[in-house]
Amino acid sequence: MDALAPTAPVEHGPSLRQRLAARGFDAVTLLVIPAAIFSLLLFVYPFAFGFILSFEPKAGGDWLANYKRFFSDPFLYDTIGNTLRLAIPVTLLNLVLAVPIAFRVRLMRRQRLLTTILVLPITLGTVLVAEGLLNYLGPQGWFNRTLMTFGLISQPLKLVHNYWGVFASLVITGFPFTFLLTLSYVTGIDPALEQAAATLGASAWQRFRHVYLPLLMPGFAITFCLSFVQAFSVFPSAVLLGEPAGITRVISIAAATAAFEEYDYSMASSIAMIMGFVQLAIVVAVLASRGLFYRGPASGAKG
Amino acid sequence: MIRDTTLGSKLWAAAIWFLVGFFVINLFAMIATVVTSSFATRWLGTWLPVGFTTRWYSSAWSEFQLWDVLIVTFQVIAAVVFVSGALGVTAAYALARRDFAGKRLLVLLFLLPLMIPPITFGIPLATVLYQTGLAGTFWGVVAANLVPTVPFVILVMIPFIEQIDPKIEAAARVFGANTFKLFVHVLLPLLLPGILAALLLVLVRTIAMFELTFLVAGPTSQTLVVALYYAVFAAGVRAVQSIDAMAVIYMVTTLVWLIIALRFVNPTQIVTRAKQQPAH
Repeated sequence: MDALAPTAPVEHGPSLRQRLAARGFDAVTLLVIPAAIFSLLLFVYPFAFGFILSFEPKAGGDWLANYKRFFSDPFLYDTIGNTLRLAIPVTLLNLVLAVPIAFRVRLMRRQRLLTTILVLPITLGTVLVAEGLLNYLGPQGWFNRTLMTFGLISQPLKLVHNYWGVFASLVITGFPFTFLLTLSYVTGIDPALEQAAATLGASAWQRFRHVYLPLLMPGFAITFCLSFVQAFSVFPSAVLLGEPAGITRVISIAAATAAFEEYDYSMASSIAMIMGFVQLAIVVAVLASRGLFYRGPASGAKG
Repeated sequence: MIRDTTLGSKLWAAAIWFLVGFFVINLFAMIATVVTSSFATRWLGTWLPVGFTTRWYSSAWSEFQLWDVLIVTFQVIAAVVFVSGALGVTAAYALARRDFAGKRLLVLLFLLPLMIPPITFGIPLATVLYQTGLAGTFWGVVAANLVPTVPFVILVMIPFIEQIDPKIEAAARVFGANTFKLFVHVLLPLLLPGILAALLLVLVRTIAMFELTFLVAGPTSQTLVVALYYAVFAAGVRAVQSIDAMAVIYMVTTLVWLIIALRFVNPTQIVTRAKQQPAH
């Protein structure tokens, strides 16, 4: 080693590098750049591009022509109603079922078996569920056979290629999703709060209504939003299990048709923007109503 | 624990377990239908098929060119897992260790692709990929699949990195480790369980990712789930059993990886992302 290291030059205040480091920008911070560039290129840029493209109709003319066409053609604007008629009841049903079940499962020791079973339909995906339900719910399927054996119905119920087929597939894939989210919120609440209420003589319903519900409302709002946007973007099962030219012609089918059958990417982008806007509107409405409920610590010391 | 012993609460509990049982039975019956049908010789109007055979598997294998499809699927998955690991872990490290202006905005940028359903951002993304000529190619499919997986890895890894004591890194620095050595000998062994868990979840999600692959795939870049969709879509052209055999092959591919993944992660993590990080 050279004992006579050159003396450091006299500095006038901290260097630019030091000042940046003090604000959190140094070589480590730069590691975020590849992922950020990637996200900008493949997520933000396409969105911006699609937004601008939606105002440049393929056939030329008015910059709002795509949107005017969408809202004047019932075959197109009805898709919003069709999608909402599926997504809202399914999301509400899933949430209404998930809450009491989550409250019961929270007391279980061995939750893992149940959560593993419930993760199955999410992992298998909507295409496989659609294929399975086509056979299972069909007129000769085991579901109708069982009902007929028990004498509950005399004719097979028509459950596929209509509204109910898509509804069933959204419950099969959507319920586990809603349930697992709800369970993670429910188990995050300090059980001491419930025990305190029970000590003071509150019944099970009172404990739920006056202790848990106010604390869980924000979590339920987020669960509703996430489940809703999933259901709203239903695509493969609406084609395979539904009636894609009629009652289950959902908005994503309209967008895919515009893009891949008419090759009108401008129109497809407009429909995708409308789809995003409707989702955003519902999510904002739900989250805004969160302000009406209690906000504050709920997990106590449990963490 | 509070125990309610009234009749009402027992009935309520029974009703809830009945609902859970109903759901689980229907789920398994649906899966069993597919498996039974794939082995059936002729199955019309009876509880069980007339006879059983395995020939649908060989016919599905040749009809749908499953060997090519499987190779493409695994190539896509390998590329997605590798790239999202490399991009995601480095970005997560920066976000976990440094506080800087605009960090919240950046986290929001990574959160959005997980919140917005794939079909909504997939259509503008497909448009851009078609204009650049990437759509229909192998790398187009990989790029589209990376959009949700890179943020997913970042959000799973941030809490994992945060709980590693920075003093360990400081100690390695004191003993003269450069950045590369620090990463290979100190960080990587400590982060390996987290990275493994995140990448297995990416793998399972990518096998089942239908929408994005569907929107950008061409005939030679289809993954198994998209091939299955087209087979079901064109049902009537092929025998139902043949499609079901393909569905079983898809199911086995997915479930093998799910079982491996579940050895390392909690099932709830597949849904609730970074929220349920187990304490290590």
